Amino acid sequence: MTRPCLVTGARLRYDDVREEHVLLIPEGVVHLNPSAAEVLELCDGERSLDDIVGALSARYEGADLREDVMELVAALAQKGLVVDAA
Amino acid sequence: MPPRPSTLIAELSYQCPLHCPYCSNPLDIGGERYRSELETEHWIRTFEEARQLGVLQLALTGGEPMLRRDLVELCAGARDAGLYSSLITAGTLFTRERAEALKAAGLDHVQISIQSPDAADNDRIAGNRSFEKKLAAAGLARELDFPLTINCVLHRQNLDRIEELLELTLELGAQRLELANTQYYGWAVPNQAALMPSREQLERAEAAVGRFRERVGPKVAVLWVLPDYFEDLPKPCMGGWGRTAMVVAPNGDVMPCQAASTIPGLEFANVRDHPLEWIWGESDAFARFRGTDWMQEPCRTCPLGRQEEDFGGCRCQALRLTGDAAATDPVCRFSPHHDDVVAAREPAQTGEFVYRTMKRPAVPS
Repeated sequence: MTRPCLVTGARLRYDDVREEHVLLIPEGVVHLNPSAAEVLELCDGERSLDDIVGALSARYEGADLREDVMELVAALAQKGLVVDAA
Repeated sequence: MPPRPSTLIAELSYQCPLHCPYCSNPLDIGGERYRSELETEHWIRTFEEARQLGVLQLALTGGEPMLRRDLVELCAGARDAGLYSSLITAGTLFTRERAEALKAAGLDHVQISIQSPDAADNDRIAGNRSFEKKLAAAGLARELDFPLTINCVLHRQNLDRIEELLELTLELGAQRLELANTQYYGWAVPNQAALMPSREQLERAEAAVGRFRERVGPKVAVLWVLPDYFEDLPKPCMGGWGRTAMVVAPNGDVMPCQAASTIPGLEFANVRDHPLEWIWGESDAFARFRGTDWMQEPCRTCPLGRQEEDFGGCRCQALRLTGDAAATDPVCRFSPHHDDVVAAREPAQTGEFVYRTMKRPAVPS
């Protein structure tokens, strides 16, 4: 995985009825915790995984989030929800 | 408080150029009851009310939803309401001009039905020359960057072509393939003798799906739904009655499932007369089989404790096979009527279809 992006047709939304982040996909809803939503917002097909980890690290006072990001992106890629834009 | 719904199935029109013999629409689609279709503003208000109730997914279906002249407006209404919209179409009317307009209006996803991967067979099952148009529609959907789902209803007369169907799906660039084994509602009931597969066919098809998943991976998601009749425990029909989804018929009647109109004595509130929130939360049709309080034996004391897992199965199937919509779905091995399901596993006895038309068939339902 070089430059992750959401699969065609997937949309990241905030559901203000249930007050949670969701990923809407064809005929499906993936419920996201706030940190997963934050990672997915950065999966734009432009940023590399390093860029994403760096951006989050800067946001959270240098915390090392590499493993968390890798794990989430791998799990969503396995489900076909995140693909490589490269 | 009832749970919040996540899906609205909008049956925009029961008109359709195809005549598929397993159509899930009611047999009386041509009747007085459905003559007056909802106006554009009814639908758009329904979409807005659905979102406020918690709905996230909207299926625009039918009949053929592309026969609605206001479809582009409806898609824009769905987008403005904040719904994720899917167009469930036969594909024959998916022209470039309309497809581009739907894209611009915010339609999110296109699902195209294929009746068989073989052109002649597709056209015979659909009762309409449509195969080439379907392929063109699928190509156009991909060209416009819509995520594409192919769906195929499976039965005795196309199950043996599953490998071709899987390859075709891959060629078309679809992201998903829905393989729905025929459920016996609507038009499939008078066609049961032409549709019921053999267990060997199902096993071969399931194995082919397994090999395809192994080879292709997550690029194409294949949904394989085993037919109820070959199971021993029921499925949670619609995810449970009045629990996750609601269906709006072309005339505005709001139903807990597509086949609910077959249940006698069930009254459906209409979006012309009531807010959707009241219909979902208070109306008789949704309250009737919601939760577990309505259950009879053997569900009431289910030996497997599955009440909240399968919600007693399908009410319409219970009605058809036992005469009582509140009975345990006879697919369940604990149902005293389970033998009728086992007996119905006899493979198809005829190749002849009763095609779906606007005229009610003259055979017993």
